[in-house]
Amino acid sequence: MNKGSKIATRFLLVWLLMFTLVTGMYGQQQRFPKPEFESGYAQPHTLTPEPRSTAMEWLDVAVLTAVMALSAWFVLCKRSRQGILWLSVFTLLYFGFYRDGCICAVGSLQNVALSFADPSYAISVTVLLFFLLPLIFSLFFGRVFCGAACPLGVIQDLIIVKPISMPSWLRKTLGLIPYIYLALALLFAATGSDFLVCRYDPFVGIFRMDAPFLMTILGVAFLLTGLFIGRPYCRFLCPYGVLLNWTSTVSKWHLTITPAHCIRCKLCTTSCPFDAIDRPTDPKVIKGSHDGAKRFLVYALLIPVWMAAGGFVGFKAHIRLSKANPDVYLAELLITHPEVKKDRDNIDVQTFLSSAKTMDQLVEEARGIRRKFKYGSTAAGAFIGLVIGMTLLNQVIFRRNEDYVPNNGACFSCGRCMDFCPVERKS
Amino acid sequence: MENDKIKSRREFIRGGARISLALAMGGIAGFAAAGISREKWVWQIDPFECTQCGRCATECVLTPSAVKCVHAFDLCGYCDLCGGYLKPNSNALSTAGENQLCPTSAISRKFIEEPYFEYIINENLCIGCGKCVKGCTSFGNGSLHLQIMHNLCVNCNQCAIARSCPSNAIRRVKASEAYLVKGDFTKD
Repeated sequence: MNKGSKIATRFLLVWLLMFTLVTGMYGQQQRFPKPEFESGYAQPHTLTPEPRSTAMEWLDVAVLTAVMALSAWFVLCKRSRQGILWLSVFTLLYFGFYRDGCICAVGSLQNVALSFADPSYAISVTVLLFFLLPLIFSLFFGRVFCGAACPLGVIQDLIIVKPISMPSWLRKTLGLIPYIYLALALLFAATGSDFLVCRYDPFVGIFRMDAPFLMTILGVAFLLTGLFIGRPYCRFLCPYGVLLNWTSTVSKWHLTITPAHCIRCKLCTTSCPFDAIDRPTDPKVIKGSHDGAKRFLVYALLIPVWMAAGGFVGFKAHIRLSKANPDVYLAELLITHPEVKKDRDNIDVQTFLSSAKTMDQLVEEARGIRRKFKYGSTAAGAFIGLVIGMTLLNQVIFRRNEDYVPNNGACFSCGRCMDFCPVERKS
Repeated sequence: MENDKIKSRREFIRGGARISLALAMGGIAGFAAAGISREKWVWQIDPFECTQCGRCATECVLTPSAVKCVHAFDLCGYCDLCGGYLKPNSNALSTAGENQLCPTSAISRKFIEEPYFEYIINENLCIGCGKCVKGCTSFGNGSLHLQIMHNLCVNCNQCAIARSCPSNAIRRVKASEAYLVKGDFTKD
């Protein structure tokens, strides 16, 4: 019985092995099996060149940290504009033209947003560091990242020819755009629809020397504007700049115009191409400032109203915004225009129809995404409302300034003003 | 005296704001650390999902595209009448330009032994249009297929082709296994 059962098991095992082999072959069935060559033909290998190694990513992180540390040292200790200038050139060459401007801290905020919204989206350590390091540096030393380590920033910084001073109201109004851009970028990234910041990055095409038409136009337009308006992208579009503005405003140490104390000689006033120097408060304004409390209260109470209005607009816009998502767009197109199913040239529709996915699945997916848009868009609207309210409130907050000081939030720590100060450094 | 008071009050507020921003960043780092990976991620095409729509040639931010056709020789039948090399209605079974399916003539055909021919892709000429892939998949073994070549790909934060790919065939893979070459990579 023992022997019999052993043979039976062996037989079964062999049979199982055969079965798996055969089905395995069947799984990779070929219409025309590979021939057996008699002429001693050596088959070439399929070439698969390796991507840039992870070690090189760490090198980028190290270079970024080194550039920011050096920049902080130049600005705070050495007080050398020259140093910042050479660092900028290095950044332009390394992060710009060598690394194609695409190791970008600016775009990394989308990766972080998506990894929050979608747990299956893995974010690599280096990307997270690229997001955090500039913010940490800015929290201690001001926007040293913008000044010398951001390839998008330095390309604009190096081409400033004749900067025009802009009136405050225009700066403040245009300054709202980055907040809107940030809110939209986060919304689109978190819903997995699009990486807006990367798609409309104006300079990456210049770094790469190869870009679609629209990108080239955008890049050239920004550079031409940048000849006369200092750093237009940084000031009026960059979404990452919003976060850096916040951290830099409360930075522990920050660039100072004067090495000792301000003598109010006004020499530095024209030095800043970005209108980031705050003037001393006019004594007449100080006298008339006592009725500010009432205005402050009114503007503060208006903030919830702004937020509600923003939220309402955001809610109203969510359907329109959700069409930026390809799945939602396709589902909507198929429902509202069923005749596109007959359109042989519509690749998206034809591919969907020939796929295993059913219409119900697509609609269900699109509904899920639209639901995310409903909440996200309302929140984004409320955020923009809050920013508008705060900006207005800031207009009536009275700040006493004794000297000419850099506006910590807006200052890019480029160090131009330091050269203009005639005060000798205390030894 | 009063100025000192204002200054210390400002300093206090700034300090508080600084600590709360630092905490917020710590929170972001902590949350993100949950989904963190030590690996680098790159884009790659799943050849079993690809429907050869032709957008790889046009949507890539690079010109020509970083997508190229690769040849899995193990799967090739070395046919004389190759669906990836010859136009379906070609005049003759020859290497003449008018008979070739490839718009840039990037596939070269070499006689090995009767009746077998080897097909090699010249990647410098390939534009990633996928015409040969469609032919090979429809009429042959499907040994020709598209892959993103990582010596060319600039690894955009979001791949422009992935966004417009109608069959969602492009996904992120770990850089240590950066290719999904047929034969090594099978459909599960």
